[in-house]
Amino acid sequence: MKIVLNNREEVFERDVMTVSDMITLKSFSFKLKIIKINGKLIPRDQYESSFINDGDIVQMFYLMSGG
Amino acid sequence: MKIAEIEKHLRKFRIGIAGAGGLGSNCAVCLARAGVGTLVIADFDIIEVSNLSRQYYFNDQTGQPKVLALQENINRINPEIAVIPFKVELNADNIQGIFNGCHLIIEAFDRAEMKEMLIETTQVKMPGVPVIVGSGLAGWGKSEDIKCRKIDDSLYICGDETLETTGELPPLAPRVAIVAAMQANLALELLMKME
Repeated sequence: MKIVLNNREEVFERDVMTVSDMITLKSFSFKLKIIKINGKLIPRDQYESSFINDGDIVQMFYLMSGG
Repeated sequence: MKIAEIEKHLRKFRIGIAGAGGLGSNCAVCLARAGVGTLVIADFDIIEVSNLSRQYYFNDQTGQPKVLALQENINRINPEIAVIPFKVELNADNIQGIFNGCHLIIEAFDRAEMKEMLIETTQVKMPGVPVIVGSGLAGWGKSEDIKCRKIDDSLYICGDETLETTGELPPLAPRVAIVAAMQANLALELLMKME
């Protein structure tokens, strides 16, 4: 499958994956992050149950403490 | 547009500021100086001496609630700017009510969990209101790593997205003020496009 991740095309060797799968495959290890799929925010407790499909536009950024 | 028209335009708007620490206090002062008409500022905290390394308060204000001291400081800069202070801890249940009517929201919390809570809440309950997040401002130097990035029309991020504050990497005035000013600058850019 091919998706657009943070404005860049990425290819994954699978047909479908959960948000958790993507986090593992991309080693997005930092604890707190914001993830949107096609403009819709995915809350942290739905990473396991939310699917990313071919052609999806995914945005991810880390939330760093400090302010 | 001439300066008088710009000021007249900015005076119409109301910005919500979630947190009155390093990001929130510096961003609020920037927005007030630029002439944004109304600032709704929410924070439950009291000023401590350690805050003065980066937050827009003065030594003789320690012990005061941050939102009231910030209202006073902005009033001394420009008494025509309306500051609406809320001395409360923001949560998923009160954010919508407090920031009701705001044209955009500045996320200015310290803790990442609070940043997450504000973004999740506003994305669901206030979908048309842009939120400008600060993320990554610890330490010193590396000014060139601090950037603004648009996620979409409802979400923007300012910071280096990398450096988290720790005991060895504290938040200090220059980088905190850079991110706060970038949030304010982006807010002006969005407001100038709004009717």
